Amino acid sequence: MSDRFTELTIDGVRRVFGEQVALRGMDLTIKGGEFVALLGPSGCGKSTALNCLAGLLPLSGGRILVDGERIDQLPPEKRGFGMVFQNYALFPHMSVRRNIAFGLAMRKVAKAEQARRVEEALRLVQLGAHADKFPGQLSGGQQQRVAIARAVVMEPPLVLMDEPLSNLDASLRLEMRSEIRRLHQSLGLTTVYVTHDQEEALALADRLVVMRDGEVQQVGTPQEVYAQPVNRHVAGFMGYRNLLPAVVTATDGEHVTVTAEGVALTGVNRNGPSSGEAVVAVRPEDFAVLAPSAPPQADELRAEVEIVEYHGREQAVEARLPGGRAVHLRTTERLAPGDAVRLRVPVERVLVFAP
Amino acid sequence: MRPAAWLTWGALAFFLLNLVGVVGAVLVNSFSTQWFGTWWPNGLTTAWYAEAWREYNLFDVLLVTLQVSVAVVVISVLIGVPTAYALARRDFPGKKLLNLLFLLPILMPPMTYGIPLATVLYKFHLAGSMTGVIVANLVPSVPFVVLTMTPFIEQIDTKIESAARMCGARTSAVLTRILAPLLIPGILAASILVLVRTVGMFELTFLTAGPDSETLVVSLFYSVSAAGIRAQQTVDAMAVIYTASMLVLLVIALRFVNPTQLVTRLKEHD
Amino acid sequence: MTATATTTSATPALRHRLAERGVDRLLLLLVPGTVFIALLFLYPFLYGLQLSFQPNTGGPLANYERFFTDAYLRDTIWITLRLGLPAALFNVLASIPIAYRMRGKFRGKRLITTILVVPITLGTVLTAEGLIEYLSPVGWFNKILLGLGLVDEPVRLVHNYWGVLFSLIITGFPFAFLLTLSYLSGIDPSLERAAATLGASPRQRFRHIVMPLLAPGLAVTFCLSFVLAFSVFPSAIMVGEPQGSTHVISIAAYNTAFRDFDYPMGSAVAMIMAVVMLLVIGLVLLWRTTLYRGATGGKG
Repeated sequence: MSDRFTELTIDGVRRVFGEQVALRGMDLTIKGGEFVALLGPSGCGKSTALNCLAGLLPLSGGRILVDGERIDQLPPEKRGFGMVFQNYALFPHMSVRRNIAFGLAMRKVAKAEQARRVEEALRLVQLGAHADKFPGQLSGGQQQRVAIARAVVMEPPLVLMDEPLSNLDASLRLEMRSEIRRLHQSLGLTTVYVTHDQEEALALADRLVVMRDGEVQQVGTPQEVYAQPVNRHVAGFMGYRNLLPAVVTATDGEHVTVTAEGVALTGVNRNGPSSGEAVVAVRPEDFAVLAPSAPPQADELRAEVEIVEYHGREQAVEARLPGGRAVHLRTTERLAPGDAVRLRVPVERVLVFAP
Repeated sequence: MRPAAWLTWGALAFFLLNLVGVVGAVLVNSFSTQWFGTWWPNGLTTAWYAEAWREYNLFDVLLVTLQVSVAVVVISVLIGVPTAYALARRDFPGKKLLNLLFLLPILMPPMTYGIPLATVLYKFHLAGSMTGVIVANLVPSVPFVVLTMTPFIEQIDTKIESAARMCGARTSAVLTRILAPLLIPGILAASILVLVRTVGMFELTFLTAGPDSETLVVSLFYSVSAAGIRAQQTVDAMAVIYTASMLVLLVIALRFVNPTQLVTRLKEHD
Repeated sequence: MTATATTTSATPALRHRLAERGVDRLLLLLVPGTVFIALLFLYPFLYGLQLSFQPNTGGPLANYERFFTDAYLRDTIWITLRLGLPAALFNVLASIPIAYRMRGKFRGKRLITTILVVPITLGTVLTAEGLIEYLSPVGWFNKILLGLGLVDEPVRLVHNYWGVLFSLIITGFPFAFLLTLSYLSGIDPSLERAAATLGASPRQRFRHIVMPLLAPGLAVTFCLSFVLAFSVFPSAIMVGEPQGSTHVISIAAYNTAFRDFDYPMGSAVAMIMAVVMLLVIGLVLLWRTTLYRGATGGKG
């Protein structure tokens, strides 16, 4: 079971906890060597999906196949996958070296071979100097490296990572992120990575699976999901912080004109309705602040600045529309609370969704 | 708060002073040739210890005590640890009832269940022997192991067991390579506490012991009841031997466990 | 869905449904413990219960009637409560201020804790012997009182109610103290600091922050101390007056069962003892349900 596969199929996998449905029929095909990120807010079913893949949770329905062979009835120890846990789950009574060697020992790999592969894994995660320490003596980042080394030392056909960076502080998280990417590029191990951090998912994955309420919302490359979210939920999760209710007034092929906040806006139709209510999504950084001297525009939004956060080169601004709704924008203009601003968004940057 | 502080420490000092008096009286008497009505005995001797050792067959009594305690510790750990593990790791219908059932033998006065238990043991001709004493002492010991082990088990993250499985460990390997080493401190703590409790358990042993299966406490009680035949000092010497052995056990226990665990680890079930 | 598909998927589904409720092979680990407790605790207890309804003479309730009509037996309840309640109350109340002062870290804390734990090792017999010798008319205690001129003649403190009470305090106080200390150290000290920054005096902090959080723990401590004191047996014989003022319920149970060999009556007394104890504990725990019992913010 430890040979690399060409295709892993998750076929209608369901998982129910008592009355609660955590996963409602998930379908996904993972190709060998791929880095797939399951992304979604907490409670969306992404961790349930990962645990079902690992064999740590029995399925309520559906199948999991590796190259056409069912594995969902196998216990975790027979699936031969590697896993990195959120809180590392290192064996506290074993040295770093023995932690990493544990899986090899369980699979009865010869001692000399064990030693060679542990050394290699230690070198890979740059922990050679700490090999004989115990987990309690290591920093969070070092513990995470051990956990990763332990999962990859067997070169498993599939590596599962359950929010591995969420317990680290911000700078370490960035460092470890590149580390994981580097490891994936050098070893080429198929990886399923669970996270609630869209930036992390975008940076790491070949393919993103956005989930919500136990259902897959969208599957695609980071570029696809980032630029063309399929619905308002994915959009909201991918950084479209401004979601304004609107009413469709006209449609024209791929473009649609709506009235939002009393202003007529034209945007790209993303599976939106051809009439009636809709939602307009705009990223904070896509707002352009018009100069006070600029002539009035038909599609400009007027607002009053309320909160200004300094972010270095840019400012994050929260402004209030006349209707009482808040908009968020990022701009290099220097604004102050109380300033009146006029905002405009290019047509291609306005997405219109079903409500 | 200052006067209150002084009052507290004063009361504590008074308590400790009297405690020293109580213990000191026995200790001094056990070494005295003759002591009546004076501040200090006429002379000191260790003869009473030799006499107590001979008269009360202390070697046999200590041997019985040791055998009973070790048997109780081993059996209660073997039964209690798996029980504690299953109770800590699973939520199943009827768990609350089972928890209560494992709490009652610690909560109830030993006399209340000791008398029916002894009656049953006599009925099956088990009482009056070492087997009966061991069986009776197991009744509060097994639940005590469960109670002591539960926090130790709960503090082991289930993710660690999952991680071992992901590394290819079967159930037996998870038990021997991961759980056992991590639970050793807890098992040691539970064992030593059960040992202390068994050596000190009077009622249950008293109700079930025969002449050849008396532990030190019970033998000590009988020697007090039979006082008058023998010198008071031999009884005191025996009491000092008992306390000294308990103290040794306690010092060992304190190396392994927090003193608050000596009482009980009552887990709040609400 | 075809019939074969239903049958093949039924097995894992049932297993899954059971696992969902926490029922899986791991529960086999419970078997030895459950069999043990059923055989050696539950069965004897129920056996004793039914035995108590099969008296040597008279109807099913004859044992209980005899207990409550015979003043010598009936009074054991009162005698035991009169010893157990004050002893438990004293042990808990005395533990609070001492434990409260031992929360933080200071030099000698370990020593004091150890000294307070030592009485656990004394056992009832040494305590009894010690009390008899220390408190006897010619013992050190009376010598000091006489020497200080506090009394004119020796005070009689053993072979009566007081001797047993002292013995219960010496053996019971360490338990109460350690439990209280562990409950107290479970209260996050920053809560008190927060109250201090809001202007609460030490007295107010104790009254409004520590006590409400400690009270449920104290209720449990009281229950355990009470059970310990209520079980009083050897010391009531050795330092008390076992035929009179300290004829406690344990003595009555033991004597009827193993001196008179009236097992049914002995069981009946044991059952009454259990009921009285559960009644007191039930009342205390009922009061406890009216208290705040959530997190205390600490490590406990």
